[in-house]
Amino acid sequence: MVTSTAIQLEPTGTPREEVESVVVRFAGDSGDGMQLTGSQFTLATALAGNDLATFPDFPAEIRAPIGTTFGVSAFQINFGARKIATAGDAPDVLVAMNPAALKVNLVDVKAGGTVIIDTGTFSDRNLKKAGFGSNPLEDGSLDGYQVVTIDISKLTMEAVKAYGLSNKEALRSKNMWTLGLIYWLYDRDRETTTNWLRGKFAKRPDIADANIAALDAGHIYGETAELPGGMHGYSVLQAEITPGLYRTITGAEALAWGLAAGAKLANLRMVLASYPITPASTLLHILAGMKQFDIVTFQAEDEIAAVCAAIGASFAGSLGVTSSSGPGIALKGEAIGLAIGVELPLIVVNSQRAGPSTGLPTKTEQSDLYQAVFGRNADAPLVVLAASSSANCFDIGIEAVRLATKYMTPVMVLSDGYMGNASEPWLIPDFDSYAPFPVAFADHEQIGAEGYLPYVRDEKTLARPWARPGTPGLQHRIGGIERADGSGNISYDAENHQRMTNLRAAKINGIANDIPLQGVEQGNESGKLAVVGWGSTYGPISRAVGNMRDLDHDVSHIHLRHIWPLPRNLGDLLAGFDQVLVPEMNNGQLVTLLRAQYLVAAEPLNKVNGQPFKIVEIEAAIQSRLDREFGEAK
Amino acid sequence: MNAPAKPSALLAKDFASDQEVRWCPGCGDYAILKGVQKTLADIGTAPENVVFVSGIGCSSRFPYYMSTYGFHTIHGRAPAFATGIKLANPQLDVWLVTGDGDGLSIGGNHLLHVLRRNVNMQILLFNNEIYGLTKGQYSPTSKQGLRSPSTPMGSLDRPLSPALFALGANATFVARAVDTQQKHMPGVLLRAHAHQGASFVEIYTNCIVYNDGAFASFAEKNTAAEGELVLEQGAPMIFGKDRDKGIRLKRDTLSLEVVQLGVNGITEDDLLRHDETNRVLAGLLAEMRNPDFPVAVGVLYCKAAPAYDTAVHEQIAAARSAKGAADINKLLRGGATWTVGD
Repeated sequence: MVTSTAIQLEPTGTPREEVESVVVRFAGDSGDGMQLTGSQFTLATALAGNDLATFPDFPAEIRAPIGTTFGVSAFQINFGARKIATAGDAPDVLVAMNPAALKVNLVDVKAGGTVIIDTGTFSDRNLKKAGFGSNPLEDGSLDGYQVVTIDISKLTMEAVKAYGLSNKEALRSKNMWTLGLIYWLYDRDRETTTNWLRGKFAKRPDIADANIAALDAGHIYGETAELPGGMHGYSVLQAEITPGLYRTITGAEALAWGLAAGAKLANLRMVLASYPITPASTLLHILAGMKQFDIVTFQAEDEIAAVCAAIGASFAGSLGVTSSSGPGIALKGEAIGLAIGVELPLIVVNSQRAGPSTGLPTKTEQSDLYQAVFGRNADAPLVVLAASSSANCFDIGIEAVRLATKYMTPVMVLSDGYMGNASEPWLIPDFDSYAPFPVAFADHEQIGAEGYLPYVRDEKTLARPWARPGTPGLQHRIGGIERADGSGNISYDAENHQRMTNLRAAKINGIANDIPLQGVEQGNESGKLAVVGWGSTYGPISRAVGNMRDLDHDVSHIHLRHIWPLPRNLGDLLAGFDQVLVPEMNNGQLVTLLRAQYLVAAEPLNKVNGQPFKIVEIEAAIQSRLDREFGEAK
Repeated sequence: MNAPAKPSALLAKDFASDQEVRWCPGCGDYAILKGVQKTLADIGTAPENVVFVSGIGCSSRFPYYMSTYGFHTIHGRAPAFATGIKLANPQLDVWLVTGDGDGLSIGGNHLLHVLRRNVNMQILLFNNEIYGLTKGQYSPTSKQGLRSPSTPMGSLDRPLSPALFALGANATFVARAVDTQQKHMPGVLLRAHAHQGASFVEIYTNCIVYNDGAFASFAEKNTAAEGELVLEQGAPMIFGKDRDKGIRLKRDTLSLEVVQLGVNGITEDDLLRHDETNRVLAGLLAEMRNPDFPVAVGVLYCKAAPAYDTAVHEQIAAARSAKGAADINKLLRGGATWTVGD
């Protein structure tokens, strides 16, 4: 293990209090740099050997009016000496950089929790903008919390005075002052942040110096000042973590790298065609910076052009990928149907967000499962995969490429805004340990007596061959009109359409034999209650089931990564439980699919308020199911 | 890409597929198919290096009748598919076939962007001023007042000019041809093919069923000489059965006029000479309509500019030489990492 951070004496002689895990939320104005603060704290915390999970929560507006509640940006991190599954239900510590941040976030803080406030921003004007009728610092509304009031604005100005910055520039170091204080509070090392600031402001060393001075000043303040509210330092022991090389990773990064890795394993050039949309654009940005991996990125004129260009790239023998969020996926529907009909590989990434229509672009939801599985005209089956965490996006990316190319089919990958932005520690895998799956393009050996037949299928996979334009003798024409079995020529024959519809369905259903059997994450393979989840609800379900099992309750956690086709043993697995509970951040979609597929009496647990499930919410739902007579009777 | 030896002599029929052509008897599309097949034979491109891409509509059946690679896609989106094909493999010789409804109505956005990006391909827009496959509704190029199933009292829409649209989209090659003028069309198509970038060719196409004779005033044997101006680079703009009419620039109003040679002392020297690199002139020529003016056919505009797909791959090559070959393990280990020991 790296250097222990167990109880140390402060210069003042006060011992640090040891805690197992902590939830901290940084909240401020959009312009206060809360996301940067949070990501720096995340890195320092990972380096300190804690396990962690984060939740960035920011407004849709790029620059909302300063000081307003709708301009509040927040970053929550849960870190500890034990396995951390979620960003935490309720913050132990809230850092509020202005009245609006306090107004929006106080409601979530744990009873008796610590609230650190920059009093320098608590002017009458800002209080009014935040909608406070009276000053919460004076009217008793903070009773019940440990309140730590510091004029961070003023102290920051003093700390950076020597660098001759404008007032505005100087105040922008406030977040670093605050970060320095929190670093002291939890005994984190400042070095990574110092190095990062030097790199980020390489061209403005004065700004770098000022930020570092602010960071140090916040830290020194913690060490030396008599802190209000009796605040003292804490230590959080290192978690039991699998040994190895780690980094932090967001879902968007993991997916970009997974797709790049998949393309490499398939020995294909990747062409990503995308149209900017929140929260999916990050994937485009990351891949645009990876041209050395022979990745072509194309910012198309609209969502439809993006998917069409991706399909065109696949027709030409590359791996076509398109990425969007729900409304954009809706626009792509017709073209995805074409890819299903002409049976070309295509990867469609959906970073889900709250809807319908524009909905809440920056708020997370997993309400596009119906759209993914069913959302096209006619019988149009494809593969649907759902990542369960930021890090899991890497393997999901690789599997999407493997299935798309092996079965000549579109694969829809469901991520979401939360997963895309949230970072978590990742045990970096050895890429050499992944088995390659190079694509075997059709060649002259496929030319028979009738010439090349683009719809003669592999007997086992039912996939058709992939002939790359430029290959002599394999010229063929395909399109959206139904294709004759074998030749692929236009066919209006009704029996052929029946046969082709059956084949398309059978091909996708057969993939169930090429994916792992559904396992149980925690608990027994049969029993009183199965909690079945998918996507980014993994963390809260996993912790809630773990907690309930610690209390000797008979409950199991099953988490689906293969949404379509479903794992071939899932029906039998679910039949082994008296009750099935399906928590989803939607109004009940997987639950409908499971009920339809297996005639199982699965029950929904739904939430669409833009926030991930809290552990206690799932625990309560589990308890209520277990309290039922018939559940206990069997 | 495979590089097969160039066949010694390709014939037009080498580019015909075994599929039965299913356009209406007398459709202008037949003539274009023949013209394109002849052009490809003249170019001598191996069929396996050629891809025909189309959207939806009568014209968009075109790929099925070619012995090349072909992709019949969805309505209006062929430019996006074709762009994806060129991004994947810039070496492929891509031909896009579209119509006035497919390319300018449902697909207007994509046509705009493929032209402004200058993706290297040939775009053939078969303009018959009508929706054929859906049985005769008016299109964005139909003349105002056209009676059709959806406009029983005459269409109210103001039509657009495909060539002007292309010029407005900053296209680098804009030309016109006529379906039945088989001596003229292959030359235009050859020029389109030779141009690096998006080459836009509007082909006036007669729909014998729903809009017969839409171009009768200039596209037929007995009207072409008076109704058309065949553009040739550097040549004075002369037309007419007796080659006695010309186009002159009215400098005071920056507009064109038709003049009679030999009248009022007007000679060839007074006429405009075609300069296909002049975009303003191309716009004026594209505006010319019967009966006041002859319709300009041939290459209206051609200007060299970098092709998008080439530039995209130049960036990739630059990134690869600057950052070194792709190494996934190195990628995963870039940035801040830490080791947890046993």
